[in-house]
Amino acid sequence: MNVGPLSTLAPTLVATGAAVVALMVQVFSAPGRGWGRSATVALLGLAAVALSVGLQTRGASFGGAIVADQLAAYASLLLALLAAASTAAAHDFLAAGTDTAEEYFALVLFALVGMLVMVSATELVVMFLGLETMSIAVYVLAGVWRRDQGASEAAVKYFLLGAFASAVMVYGIALVYGATGSTDLAGVADAYVTGTATGPALMLGLALVLVGFGFKIAAVPFHLWTPDVYEGAPTSVTMFMATAVKTAAFVALLRVFLTVLVPFWSQLGPALWLAAALTMTAGNLAALKQTGFKRMLAYSAIAHTGYLLMGLAAAAATSSLAGASALLFYLVVYVTMNTAAFAVLMLGAAAAGRDDSLEGLAGLAARRPALALAMTLAMLSLTGIPPLAGFMGKFYLFAAALEAGLIGLVLVAVVNTLVSAAYYLGVVRVMYFGEGVSEPAAAATNRPARPLLALTAAAATVATVALGLLPAPLMRAAEAVLATFVPGP
Amino acid sequence: MTGLGVLVFSPAVGALLVAAVPPLARDAMRRTAVAVSLVPFAVALALWSRFDPGEGGFQMIERVAWIPRFGVSYFLGIDGISLLLILLTTFLVPLVLVAAGDSVRSRLKGYLVALLLLETTMLGTLAALDLVLFYVFWELMLIPMFLIIGVWGGQRRVYAAVKFILYTLAGSLPMLAALIWLGVEHSEAVGTMSFALPDLYALRLAPGVQLWLFAAFFLAFAIKVPMWPFHTWLPDAHVEAPTGGSVILAGVLLKMGTYGFLRLAWPLCPEAATGMAGLVALLAVIGIVYGALVAMAQPDLKKLVAYSSVSHLGFVMLGLASMEVVGVQGAVYQMLSHGLSTGALFMIVGMLYERCHTRRIEDFGGLWQQAPMLGSLFLVVTLASIGLPGLNGFVGEFLILVGTFKVLPVAAGVALAGIVLGAAYMLRMYQRVMFGPVTRPENARVADLTRRELGVLVPVVLLIIIMGIYPRPFLRTMEASVERSLAGVKAAAVSPGQGQGR
Repeated sequence: MNVGPLSTLAPTLVATGAAVVALMVQVFSAPGRGWGRSATVALLGLAAVALSVGLQTRGASFGGAIVADQLAAYASLLLALLAAASTAAAHDFLAAGTDTAEEYFALVLFALVGMLVMVSATELVVMFLGLETMSIAVYVLAGVWRRDQGASEAAVKYFLLGAFASAVMVYGIALVYGATGSTDLAGVADAYVTGTATGPALMLGLALVLVGFGFKIAAVPFHLWTPDVYEGAPTSVTMFMATAVKTAAFVALLRVFLTVLVPFWSQLGPALWLAAALTMTAGNLAALKQTGFKRMLAYSAIAHTGYLLMGLAAAAATSSLAGASALLFYLVVYVTMNTAAFAVLMLGAAAAGRDDSLEGLAGLAARRPALALAMTLAMLSLTGIPPLAGFMGKFYLFAAALEAGLIGLVLVAVVNTLVSAAYYLGVVRVMYFGEGVSEPAAAATNRPARPLLALTAAAATVATVALGLLPAPLMRAAEAVLATFVPGP
Repeated sequence: MTGLGVLVFSPAVGALLVAAVPPLARDAMRRTAVAVSLVPFAVALALWSRFDPGEGGFQMIERVAWIPRFGVSYFLGIDGISLLLILLTTFLVPLVLVAAGDSVRSRLKGYLVALLLLETTMLGTLAALDLVLFYVFWELMLIPMFLIIGVWGGQRRVYAAVKFILYTLAGSLPMLAALIWLGVEHSEAVGTMSFALPDLYALRLAPGVQLWLFAAFFLAFAIKVPMWPFHTWLPDAHVEAPTGGSVILAGVLLKMGTYGFLRLAWPLCPEAATGMAGLVALLAVIGIVYGALVAMAQPDLKKLVAYSSVSHLGFVMLGLASMEVVGVQGAVYQMLSHGLSTGALFMIVGMLYERCHTRRIEDFGGLWQQAPMLGSLFLVVTLASIGLPGLNGFVGEFLILVGTFKVLPVAAGVALAGIVLGAAYMLRMYQRVMFGPVTRPENARVADLTRRELGVLVPVVLLIIIMGIYPRPFLRTMEASVERSLAGVKAAAVSPGQGQGR
């Protein structure tokens, strides 16, 4: 194997280094000190990761197993930001609980390493390695409250189902290799196009790989783990799972979709249509009935997976990449507004605890108007009310789908948006219309200062508004990163 | 820069100023709000003075590219129709703000801020010439109203607010799909996407496509107007909304539906609209009669006024469905008249409620002795609502009937019966509230109008009288614009071998 310039791997290497340092700092610190120190190391490390994305050499390396292209850079930058948001939020949110394992920040960085590999892998086995690195770190993160039953249950559930999905995926990769003699994304496609592949085995293998991805992005019918895990895990971990993990999985899926799967687009089109429609519908209908905020956001995250799949369905139905660009745009929008929602939820919670019922938000507008406003903006954006980010994302997706002639799917999405309005606006209703419990004066004055968490919430909220008012630059970026991919079969 | 941007965004800037007032200074925040709301009114008057009524197209254009990927631009402009509705909006909002302190006890600042933000979205909807921009303002209009009903409303405010927003979203979300579809059609015809209304007017869409698009627009606007049978959200919203909310809802928001028909549905889907005009007229006539009959049976004053709105907006829709210049002019005139008279009626109902803490008609009676000023202004407004000649309501209804008799004689005949019914329920209501014996001791001590209340009602009543006896300036402002929009609809509908269209 020809080891290319290590510079193409710069972000991954920096993240690995930062993870090790964060772990060591925590090990060698006096009890109670390690938390803050390793968080500092993690944040500095993440800044370095973001910087290295800009400085890395573009191009393929390791015999074409890893590529540093624009798509990888777009995703890496986003992932570094999301890891930073999760780190900053967790530092303030979890500090109160003594129960938390202090390896938290190192684990976030290790998960990031896996994600960075995933989004830049051009070879199925390497992609799988990234996926597993990420997953194992996130399994542990979900159970980071060691003595909390809910978190432990979430971690075990996530681990068992995730391991099963990984096994399915690895079996799929094996079948693909058996059918084509290659695990390289370009090689697999070539083998099929030149006719040297065994058709049925390749199809089955690719289908199993897609099942694996379906699990990670929480698409119907592989979504059932999501509510329990999102609800049980500490909120900062839930935020990380809902944003970063989904981003990495979607970008890797997109890369597979734009390479290996290109010859199968016409067959995949109807399946993606159905998956998108079912996923958004199942997510939204279930979210309607939730009384817990995190559980509601879990189902909402499923619904948004459905919207994102619209982009793939649109791309598969035409030979244009508009749907894929729309997906990349919506991905940023999705993580931004979810970060805002989760961060505000953490800020609103009195302390790191299990209380996440919707009723807990009652009367928030009177108690803490700024928080209520931020949460309202997040909810309106999730609904798709203009001129917020969520609207622009939906607009892009709908336009791509209509250009592809998927009028039926757009109508399904429209009905779904209406259903989702009922529960997103329900949050606004509870905050503004509810009488609510007035906060005891002592709690109001003793409220711990949580500057990093507040900063995260503020930044995400501002971004939610800004992406809605000025979407053009990000739209251009989402198109530019796909320039190297050949449109259509 | 033509001042339109200033017009649209000055209330939002004003909202920030109001938000900066210390929370307990109720008078200061109300004065600030009223003062800032006079800015858009002044700008609107200035626009009117510079407006060229001979030109039917859009004027005072402001245009900046916004989302080049989709050919979306920040594109504002007005014609005579939108100018008049802008004048109505900027005229009503200051009055509502003056009256706000009387009906809203808690969280006054939030209420004023919500009203000012609402004004920005209403003006934006009226001035937007890019469909995406229009949609942005259109949807955004819901949020302040949702909060106004839900936070400051009556007993069942939460139910009413949620019903209001979900109903309206059910209409507007399909419209989003429809307008993106229009952009895609433009891209297929011309090569680039565009959402600018003048570009889209020039498209010649296939009849099948038009029908789908018309269906989406129809749903959105029919719910907003509201036309029978999409009206069920309206009584709840009106009854639960605070007085100011009701005034703006009836005075301006409902007009957005009829304005949408005239600005979007008719000219964008001319063939479908011409083909469907009979159905629209049918629903409009049902609305006129149904609204009047239900209003007649209402024991609640506010509900009565709400159902009378259903009836009056049926007239507007009938005028629009006639697709005759006179009828459509009448419809626009009726939009303005209804905005003034129903707005005033809701204000008066609010004033009565403040005095007697009831809205049941049977609880009133004999108020004239105690409150003759209230009674006389109430009388003028009631008569205007009935359509008495010499007051504004007559002009609109008359023109609508003249326009409709030519093309839809049966519908016009039934609508005429609606006018009679309207006179019946309004006069009976007035008589039971103002005259007759005093049945409750509270009613014997009712105070007459305060100076502030006079300040709110007198301008409206004056305008009602002016528009009744001298409609010329208003009709002149809209004439060329109405002719131009109808000419576009007719040219498109007649040409492709469809004969007379209807």
